[in-house]
Amino acid sequence: MADIQNYNINFGPQHPSAHGVLRMVLELDGEVVQRADPHIGFLHRATEKLVETKTWIQSLPYMDRLDYMSMMCSEHAYCLAIERMLNIDVPIRAQYIRVLFDEVTRILNHLMFIGSHGLDVGAMSMMLYGCREREDLMDCYEAVSGTRWHAAYYRPGGVYRDLPDSMPRYKESRWKNGARLKQLNEARSGTFLDFLQDFVNRFPKILDDYETLLTDNRIWKQRLVNVGVVSPERALQLGFTGAMLRGSGFAWDLRKKQPYEVYDRLDFDIPVGVTGDCYDRYLVRVNEMRQSNRILQQCIDWLRANEGPVITDNHKVALPPRAGMKSNMEDLIHHFKLCSEGIHVPEGQVYSAVEHPKGEFGVYIISDGANKPYRLKIRSPSYVHLSAMDELARGHMIADVVALMGTIDIVFGEVDR
Amino acid sequence: MSAKLEQLSQNLQKHLGERIVGLQTALGEISIDVDAAVYQDVMLSLRDEPELRFEQLIDLCGVDYSAYADAHWQGKRFAVVLHLASIAHNWRLRVRCFAPDDDFPVAPSVVSVWNSANWFEREAFDLFGIVFQGHTDLRRLLTDYGFIGHPFRKDFPVSGYVEMRYDPEQKRIVYQPVSIEPREITPRVIREENYGNVENNG
Repeated sequence: MADIQNYNINFGPQHPSAHGVLRMVLELDGEVVQRADPHIGFLHRATEKLVETKTWIQSLPYMDRLDYMSMMCSEHAYCLAIERMLNIDVPIRAQYIRVLFDEVTRILNHLMFIGSHGLDVGAMSMMLYGCREREDLMDCYEAVSGTRWHAAYYRPGGVYRDLPDSMPRYKESRWKNGARLKQLNEARSGTFLDFLQDFVNRFPKILDDYETLLTDNRIWKQRLVNVGVVSPERALQLGFTGAMLRGSGFAWDLRKKQPYEVYDRLDFDIPVGVTGDCYDRYLVRVNEMRQSNRILQQCIDWLRANEGPVITDNHKVALPPRAGMKSNMEDLIHHFKLCSEGIHVPEGQVYSAVEHPKGEFGVYIISDGANKPYRLKIRSPSYVHLSAMDELARGHMIADVVALMGTIDIVFGEVDR
Repeated sequence: MSAKLEQLSQNLQKHLGERIVGLQTALGEISIDVDAAVYQDVMLSLRDEPELRFEQLIDLCGVDYSAYADAHWQGKRFAVVLHLASIAHNWRLRVRCFAPDDDFPVAPSVVSVWNSANWFEREAFDLFGIVFQGHTDLRRLLTDYGFIGHPFRKDFPVSGYVEMRYDPEQKRIVYQPVSIEPREITPRVIREENYGNVENNG
């Protein structure tokens, strides 16, 4: 009999379902994976080193570029860490706005998750539907921050500015006119909150539509059920957090267990899986979107009823208002010092974590009292989840590797940092 | 200090006792320092002791203290910092362990205690050159294939030593010494304590 050797193949770094720049060396016995060795670092930008050379506020936009599918959540962890070290209070309205945008971001991320996960295992249309809904939410990003992705909207001490009173509208053109234009602009005729309210009203029905496409779909279930099963003990050992941990049966959600901002005032549930396979994790994420929608509704109601400042009035940390700067000497000095030298964070160390859509996103800061961080470590969830790839993939067919990549929900911006 | 932290601090004293070199409580977090000699032992107690039960290693990273506070740092240069979490008790802990030798930093590996340490230790080895004794697969992780040096050490310049470009004559990518000057736009300053008086607001 011929001597048959195991076969090695390269999966990526230029593979459409590698979710970016992952090179994975797969050792195969026939079509069965014997060993998976992910090679990462193709997108390594040394964010943690760059941050050491920038002032605290200059480093904030780097956080957007880590997980470029859920931008504001990463900013959130960074701002929380600085606020804890400085011991400053964030105005309550800013806390609600942050929670609102954390949940907008969660929906954005999970829509991308079912889109790309669907695309990976053969449900092409999910990507198109997912992006259709993402469009509305990215308009929300744009309305408050001016950009659709890299917002830099959260600032130490609050958020950059209050929610706008109007939304940009479509202009008449050859393609958009008449009744169609009127229909497109209908939700945009009111304030930002009206626009989001319109989305919140529509979204449960949209999710129902997605579920009719996927949840009982025979092919979808064949590809996901009992693939990548992680037992509860292994999930803890491997450091899983977020939906990966909840899929294995732990009701562990930082928003409930170690609440930050105003999550303790809001009413929502934690969806939990049973078997810990890809299908359970899919169900967990879909249900998380429903819960996020509930939170959005509560935030909208609160924000409509309550006015107030959105950033701290401590001008050693946050910029003074523009008008004051032009007439008031003290404000001018504050502005100059903040823009030339930046915030001074007292000596110490802090670790602050948020429930990022992908898991626990943490920022560990060591400060020696300078205007720049001494060391900043980013604990990104997908990095840890990807490190378990070898264990997940062993014994599965090569086609399942793609399903596993989808279920981990990785983004290379934060894996490689 | 909240009741929960008080409880955790007492449990730590009770089960680790002498093995804790230093215990600080600040900003609602507990940090402990341990010696490299008992490090692995302490980690096992932290994981298995029912009154501590840190089932999860959340994060592990290297730190280079050589430039701390404008290079006035007195202690050892390299440290490994771990963040642990307990789901059963819902508390967290930070553990720091200094590598005894500054020129050849070595720390014991905790992969056998928490499997999630695998990539974290590879990363700390790659970026700081800390060698983890007992790690079975200590390869570079984030840097380029064939990279030389440990880029997150404080004496490694931000712009690095080499850059790469396509050489049309050799028809391949070549490495050459870096051609850009390092520059610092905003200087790093440490002001005296309470400078600007953030808490008093003005």
